Formats: sequence, C-alpha cells, structure tokens
Amino acid sequence: MTNLVDARGLSCPQPVLLTMEKIKSLGQGELMVLVDTDTSKENVIRAAVSLGWQLKSVDTEGMEYKLTLEKG
Amino acid sequence: MSGIQKFFASRAGIISVGAFIGVFAALLQKWGNPGNMGICVACFERDIAGAIGLHRAAVVQYLRPEILGFVLGAMVAALAFKEFRPRAGSAPIVRFVLGMIAMIGALVFLGCPWRAVLRLAGGDGNAIFGLLGLAAGIWIGTLFFKGGYNLGRTQSTYASVGLLMPLIIIGLLALRLIFPQIPDKDLSGILFYSLKGPGSQHAALAISLAVGLAVGIVAQRSRFCTMGAIRDLILFRQAHLFAGMLALLVAAFLTNLVVGQFKPGFVGQPVAHTQELWNFMGMVVAGLAFALAGGCPGRQLFMAGEGDGDAAVFVLGMIVGAAVSHNFGLASSPTGVGPHGIAAVFISLAVLLFIGFTMRPKSA
Repeated sequence: MTNLVDARGLSCPQPVLLTMEKIKSLGQGELMVLVDTDTSKENVIRAAVSLGWQLKSVDTEGMEYKLTLEKG
Repeated sequence: MSGIQKFFASRAGIISVGAFIGVFAALLQKWGNPGNMGICVACFERDIAGAIGLHRAAVVQYLRPEILGFVLGAMVAALAFKEFRPRAGSAPIVRFVLGMIAMIGALVFLGCPWRAVLRLAGGDGNAIFGLLGLAAGIWIGTLFFKGGYNLGRTQSTYASVGLLMPLIIIGLLALRLIFPQIPDKDLSGILFYSLKGPGSQHAALAISLAVGLAVGIVAQRSRFCTMGAIRDLILFRQAHLFAGMLALLVAAFLTNLVVGQFKPGFVGQPVAHTQELWNFMGMVVAGLAFALAGGCPGRQLFMAGEGDGDAAVFVLGMIVGAAVSHNFGLASSPTGVGPHGIAAVFISLAVLLFIGFTMRPKSA
C-alpha cells in the first residue's frame, strides 16, 4: 500500500502540515506527496529532510510534482 | 533543480534576499521615500488607493512604483523559470475580506511587517510592540491551522486569470506615465499627488520602479515572506524564512548607520505613534489576517505575479481596506489612533475569529 499525501491546490502551510502529520504517524517507510507549486515542493522537501527523511525522486507530470520520500 | 534555484532555496539564498531588501529599503529612504518607509507594502498600497481617489486623505496619495515593480518583477521571474501557474478559486471572498482587515490592522500600527522591521532598524522603539503583536497574531493563526483551518484548494485555470493582476498593474503604470506629477499641483489628469506628508516623499520614478522590479524578482525566486518567517518558526520550529527576515533587519540597520538614518527613540519617530497597546493590537489583527490568508502583503504581491488569482483578490482587498480605513477614520496618524480605530480592531478580530473557527472541513 502506498502512503499518499495529496496537497495539490493547497497553499502554505497546508502541504507541509499534512506531510509532517503523515510522517509522524508513519514513523518510517515510503511516502508520496503530490504538490502543484514549486514553493510547496521546496517546503515539503525541506521539512521532510529536517525530520531525517530522504528525497528519493521527483516526478514532474505537467504542472504537478510527485515527491517520493523515504526513511529506512 | 538548477544551480540558481538551489541557491535561492538555500539558507544563504534567503539571507541574501533579505539583506538585499534591507539595504535597498534603507537607501530608498535616502533617495526620497518617507522615514523608515523605504518599502512598506501596506502604506504604499494605501498611497495607491489615494492616488486613484479611493480615499481623499491628501497626505497619502502617490502611485508607488515599488508595488508595481513587485508584481511585474515576480511575474518576469516566474515566467523565466517556468513557474507561472495560473490558479484561483480558493475562497476569493474570504481572501478579499482578509485583505481588507489586514490593511485596517496595519494602518492602526502604521506599517506592514516589512515596515515594522524597517522601523526597528531605524531606531523606532514603537515597532517592538508592532512586531510582538505581529507574532501574537500569527501564533493565533497557527492554532487555527492545528485545528484544521484551511481556505480550500485552488484550481488550475486559464492563463488569462493569472495575467489579470499583472495587466492591472501595467495599466496603473501607464496612468503614472501618462499623468506625471506636476509641481505644486495635487492633481495630474486623473491621478492625485500629495503636496505634503508621506505621500509627497518619494524617490524618482525610475529608481523606485527598478528597485521594485529587482525585489520582485529575487523575492519570487526565494519565496521571501515575513509572515511565513514567524509562522514556520512557531509551527515547525523551522528558521529558514526567519533568517531572511533577520537579514533584512540587520542589513537595513547597518545601512541606516552608514548613511546616518539611525535615530533611536520612541517619540517623534517618522510616521509613527506612541500608543503601545494599539501598535500591538493593530498588528495582532494584521498578523492573524496574513496568517489565515497564507502570506504577508509582500508575498501576496509576488504570488499575484506568479498567476495566483486568489492572492490578487487579497491585494485588491487591501487597497479597498485602505480606502475604508481613511474614509471611516480607522487609520492612525502620528498623533495616535483614528477616531474609530479601536472599534475597528475589535470588529476585525471578531471577523477573523469567525473565519478561523468556521473554515475547517469537519466542524468539531
């Protein structure tokens, strides 16, 4: 099962807030975050990295980004 | 991510942008802008409202080119880096009202968060109460975020939706060029120009516009935001944006020292009053309104330039809020709060709490 946060269309600070909530409930594993602005992309990555998660990949689909985050 | 963007997203990047804004804001004062008001988004939008006659406070009427530059610079940067994202549809009427209230609060204090920092950098001790109020207002906002408050999702939309605000700005710039200031005349064509007071103090058009464009570009790249600075510190214990705000303070302070503009004290500070409680409360209102709207007034201008139609509505709300503030006697002056300023603070707070408590998916 994939863990997913859909933060498309949400503005600051919602994408980071939702991602951090999910990270706290997961503890570790893999998490996918959908965002649609560069600001949200940067903010989510910055917050996840500060919590010890790693950015595995960024897939660009049109105007959207799919971020894959991981903590082993 | 390109090298340029890596830099702007880094700690060094946001500090550089804050310092850039601080230096040039202080220099704009040297070049003619009012005291401790090199850049003030709230004051300058208020002056624009006056220039187009939405209010008739004769001392604050000037079509500030800095604001025009902010939007156009952000648009150029967003287009150049393929970040122009036409989007809209997230509770526009709420954003309009939040913009109005943010302006009403800011004009009780006499400045936006940028000017609060610039006032402190110029030695104005009254700014401390404004900054404390700003932090308190944003802190209340973070409680609403934790309670599930949000304005709902935006939708991607037609490019024209995102282009309307930049086009309005180009229209204003055209008016400024068609109807330039005439010495000793308070009206040029359809534009009002202050003959005395802060509205009469301004740097040359080309300088103001150039600084505005440059700030718009670097702020769009770095996502500089003074509300976000305090919000992220409280909500996430994250100091990224806050580093930029501190850099603005330090850079403006040092520039003021160098050019002889640092004058510490509480009494007789330029475009400021000494009523601590209302300096504080005005910014509680503004800070909470910025937090609920997701950006300080500067950031709203940059987002409007990036194609965010909701941020554009917030900006228009601020301009209308400025007109209401001056027409209804809500705005402060150097002698103190306006005749109805205190009532406006309480009504504004009530509206903000209504919005904060009711706009959440599951009403608990």
